[in-house]
Amino acid sequence: MSERAFATVYGPACMYGSLSRIGLLNVLRFLGSIPLGTVEALRFFVEEVGRMIVLLGLSAVWLLRPPFRGREFVRQLDFAGAQSVLLIVLTGTFTGMVFTLQTYNGMHRYGAEAMVGATVALGLTRELGPVLSALMVVARVGSAMTAELGTMRNTQQIDALTSMAVEPVQYLVVPRIFAVTLVLPLLALIFSFTGMVGAYFIASGWLGIDPASFMSGIRNYLGPEDITHGMIKAVVFGLMVSLVACAKGYYVTGGARGIGVATTRSVVLSSVLVLVSDYVMTSLMF
Amino acid sequence: MIVLEDVHKTYGRQKVLDGISFRIREGSVTTVIGTSGSGKSVLLRQMIGLEKPDSGTILIKGENIVNLSSRELNRIRRHIGVLFQEGALFDSLTVKENVAFPVREHLKLTEKQVQEIVDVRLTQVGLREHQDKLPAELSGGMRKRVGLARALALDPAIVFFDEPTTGLDPITRDVIYRLIEKTHAEDSRTYVLVSHDVGGVLRISDEVMMLRDGKIGWSGTPDEIRSTSDEAVRQFFTGSVNGPIRIE
Repeated sequence: MSERAFATVYGPACMYGSLSRIGLLNVLRFLGSIPLGTVEALRFFVEEVGRMIVLLGLSAVWLLRPPFRGREFVRQLDFAGAQSVLLIVLTGTFTGMVFTLQTYNGMHRYGAEAMVGATVALGLTRELGPVLSALMVVARVGSAMTAELGTMRNTQQIDALTSMAVEPVQYLVVPRIFAVTLVLPLLALIFSFTGMVGAYFIASGWLGIDPASFMSGIRNYLGPEDITHGMIKAVVFGLMVSLVACAKGYYVTGGARGIGVATTRSVVLSSVLVLVSDYVMTSLMF
Repeated sequence: MIVLEDVHKTYGRQKVLDGISFRIREGSVTTVIGTSGSGKSVLLRQMIGLEKPDSGTILIKGENIVNLSSRELNRIRRHIGVLFQEGALFDSLTVKENVAFPVREHLKLTEKQVQEIVDVRLTQVGLREHQDKLPAELSGGMRKRVGLARALALDPAIVFFDEPTTGLDPITRDVIYRLIEKTHAEDSRTYVLVSHDVGGVLRISDEVMMLRDGKIGWSGTPDEIRSTSDEAVRQFFTGSVNGPIRIE
């Protein structure tokens, strides 16, 4: 019976009660139609996000409390930063080179070759530098952090720290998050710079673009706000990547297999978050 | 020194500790025994403060650690040493750095003084000449000895041992028990062990408690174990399949 017919036969007062029942039934039907797997996935998602928020909160608190872990911080700066430079220079150079070839391919059709330098510089500084540096850090640093912390959890090293009255979040997590957040903008800058160097050599040496017009394009169109834009992204990526890596390792369960699963999830989740948040930030700062 | 009163701990639907109560004398060596999965390590984790029980009281040096904040708990932990099952040494640090770790964390000493403490503790466990090695370069028994040196580094009043001889050959096991006996004789600390190594338990313990179905099923001295009529205890110490203890 339709709601209108129901109201005609039984009156508006009855219809109100019936609608509530119909509404409740629909809600129950809807809940019943959700597969158990979806509920489980939702629960897992909420749990994961909750853990990361808790870990971020704890890290913020322990960052400000003494003793400050300078030695550990420097060790992480070295691991995440200094030891990543070669990889960043290599990937940055090749990205700049290939980006120049593709940009030239498009610009050449409209006779706008003079804009290649500016387009490559803007693309690298605002987008490719921070995003690809973050993805490199995910692969090299994030995965290692998850595996290391996971192994420490599994072999009771984290319990040992706690039993020695050393706060594990302060000793293990804070230096890692702080170091990666600080170092990723620098790596993004190096990436963009080496990318532009690679672009310059391809543009002037192979594509025959006048070096002066290539450089003047960069000077005219690349402003400090573009660099700031890229740096803000890199800071956010650094925080996200290190937080995910630490949380996945710190809360690992399930032995050697658990560490493997956590490391894979850490890399996948960090990479997806980098790309999704890149879109969100770009639309906000467009 | 250590008092537990009506301690309960449940994981999901599984009740692991079901009203545990006991008292450990200062300066004694007390061992908690039980089959694998009986909750010995869970009990140890409650006493160290790595986990909080669902209910009950755990008094360490007169303070109920169940209600303490992490900062207050850390104050108590400075009087406690723990030897974990596999040693739990920090992979990235050398033997020397592992033993020096708690000293550097909690005492303001010069490097020379730190080195002196490290030397004393490593000599005590017979590993002074291995101090520059990484944990990966040591055998299982050596890792446990370094773990013991680290547990003793801050001169704690209480030392907890989680399965100190599991996975070791009989000779290395004997070395570990000799070390436990020797260090206890030297400093008269309170030692609490969790173990299922029958021979060692009888050899070094002043008191033995048997954990069964989440409760302390039996307690007594090693001599009382030898003469007890409790079937579960006799079954455990003879290692027989037949008896009241059922292994799933």
